[in-house]
Amino acid sequence: MPNNTLLKPTRPVGIVGYGSYVPRYRIPAREIARVWAGGKAGLPIKEKAVPGLDEDVITMSIEAARNAMMRAQIQPEQLRAIWVGSESHPYAVKPTSTVVAEAIGAVPHIQAGDWEFACKAGTEAMVAAMGFVGSGMAEYALAIGMDTAQGKPGDALEYTAAAGGAAFVIGPAENSLATLNASYSYVTDTPDFWRREYQKYPEHGVRFTGEPAYFQHITSSSKTLMEELGATAKDYQWAVFHQPNTKFPQRAAQMLGFTPEQIAPGLLVPVIGNTYSGASIIGLTAILDIAKPGDRILLASFGSGAGSDAFDITVTDKISDRAGRATKTQEYIARRTEIDYATYARYRDKITMK
Amino acid sequence: MTEVIIAGIGQTEVGEHWGIALRDLAYAAIKEAVTDSGGLKPQALFVGNMLAPNLSNQAHLGVLLADHCGMRGIEAVTVEAAGASGGAALRQGYMAVKSGLVDVALVVGVEKFTDQVGAGVDSAVATTSDSDFEAVQGLTATGQAALLMRRYMHEYNVPTDGFAGFPLIAHANGAGNPNAMFRKAIKREAYLKAEMVSDPINMFDAAPNADGAAAVILTRNGLLPKEFSHPLVKIAASAVSTDTLALHDRHAPLGFWAARESVEAACHKAGIGLEKIDFFEYHDSYSIYAALSLEAAGFAKPGQGWLYADSGSISLKSSLPCATMGGLKARGFPGGATGVYQAVEAAMQLRGVAGLCQVAGARFGLIQALGGPASTAVVHILEKMDA
Repeated sequence: MPNNTLLKPTRPVGIVGYGSYVPRYRIPAREIARVWAGGKAGLPIKEKAVPGLDEDVITMSIEAARNAMMRAQIQPEQLRAIWVGSESHPYAVKPTSTVVAEAIGAVPHIQAGDWEFACKAGTEAMVAAMGFVGSGMAEYALAIGMDTAQGKPGDALEYTAAAGGAAFVIGPAENSLATLNASYSYVTDTPDFWRREYQKYPEHGVRFTGEPAYFQHITSSSKTLMEELGATAKDYQWAVFHQPNTKFPQRAAQMLGFTPEQIAPGLLVPVIGNTYSGASIIGLTAILDIAKPGDRILLASFGSGAGSDAFDITVTDKISDRAGRATKTQEYIARRTEIDYATYARYRDKITMK
Repeated sequence: MTEVIIAGIGQTEVGEHWGIALRDLAYAAIKEAVTDSGGLKPQALFVGNMLAPNLSNQAHLGVLLADHCGMRGIEAVTVEAAGASGGAALRQGYMAVKSGLVDVALVVGVEKFTDQVGAGVDSAVATTSDSDFEAVQGLTATGQAALLMRRYMHEYNVPTDGFAGFPLIAHANGAGNPNAMFRKAIKREAYLKAEMVSDPINMFDAAPNADGAAAVILTRNGLLPKEFSHPLVKIAASAVSTDTLALHDRHAPLGFWAARESVEAACHKAGIGLEKIDFFEYHDSYSIYAALSLEAAGFAKPGQGWLYADSGSISLKSSLPCATMGGLKARGFPGGATGVYQAVEAAMQLRGVAGLCQVAGARFGLIQALGGPASTAVVHILEKMDA
């Protein structure tokens, strides 16, 4: 009897190229605490990445897409889909993905569309790309998760809501730097975090976002994936989880039996913040930057509302040649200009002029 | 002499039960209590609850729980007295059984905070204060306690870490209670570093709102099942006192008058002095309330309650163990269920089944549930009967 729990394409697929992007500006959490909490708040991270005045999810997606294409070593016209997952698409109506497709020269014979599933829209696009390529309909598809997350001034989420993300060219396994062996998604109607139309900032269910939302979903998807594959935490070199703050992924990893060392290279939230749709997958790019052929990686995203996509990934020999062909994620993190709250408020359009 | 016996006890773990409905929490505790009693069939149900109409949009809990728990048709009502609701429901059950009008009464305290989050919870709790003169000014329960704590520190020259003894003892005891929300001892350094919730109340000075349900079955000693094997624990006394609802209407706000009156009345009814009390389950929703309760009861002189805790005089091995299973601070504050939790925990102590939290050789337990800043105070004295 076929296993219907896991998603496994009939044609093996993998990551042919990957790329990340982090804007250069950083605002320390202590600076936000200085303004809103007299400097006394507990800080969930060290600092977060802030997009510049001329940056948005479109420009950042293009940067990451170009990096992914440089590593993939394929021509833009070989792409048959560009899908961008985000909860901060610049337009409510008008796709981000068409602009990205045009910018990298992938138009017009292509599928394009924008995805939304809170913080897991990027991995949802990856699952779709697995199916698109795995079915044989397409040779290559580009899946992107990118955000310039909105944090309401003074809210707990303002400390972490950050900008950044990653892009992945999904293609046949034989041309992949890492194979996507299987995925599994765990989804329920759990209203832990939302932003209604015309609202500028999202709202959240405070402590409800923890146990019944993040932990329930991310541990369920990861556990099921590993159980169905007959794997345990020890079988993986690396693991990366959605990272809304520093503590959550650390605890999820511990609950699932992973060591701090296994999640260390992918745990970027302390220094770039929560990049929402980009958060788990930009962690994956940082792991791929240092991974060796044969390394096995567990990736688990989380999107509020709520769901989690878990992936079983194996790095191939092709990583050695491709990892160095584009800017590495840690290089973006090292490229840092600190700003104060006033500059941040201007860059993030938090000052209402009329 | 007609004695009212606590024949059955039941409780759920206290915590954030996001996925369990109010009625199911109550059912879990009720089922355990009925089983523990040897299958006694309640004729009346008294429900202690503080916030269900606000937080769960559910009033009429008496019939809801009687129906849901397989007792359709019996007498069933809700008793509300803010944080003292559970204690007040226990008193209703006690009076019903003691008077002979009811042979077997079921008292359940249940609270479900996690049906809402954030400011909605504070607003709901604020409805238990004087809505027209306190809540309307933005005063919350924690703000009210902070005013009292600030006044106390000013009057009695209390240092900033003066109240540390209360949460330190509560958490140390909670570590041994499998139903406690927090089961980890804390260090004094952690208390000193804790963030302010409402200055001078820090994170460890305020008990956590939590979900939970506790239940007791009451009957008269002649009506116990033949095979009843628990050591007999009776309710030796029950008393309720009320003060002004609004804090600002009191001449001496640090006096906790109702807390004092209810203890005095209960001791008088039980015919014992304070020296007979083996442990005290006070209402430590805030450290300052624990201090004021110790003083109001007469265990400490005015202004000395904090020293009493700081010197370790309330630890499990002391002469007056308090918050023996974690108290509100570490077991958690399940609102209107609190008074029934106190009764269940005291019964466990007197039966000798309190495990790591056991107070050796306890005979008399004093439990006190407060509504608001002792606007309502409900006291019960539980006694282990001679075999």
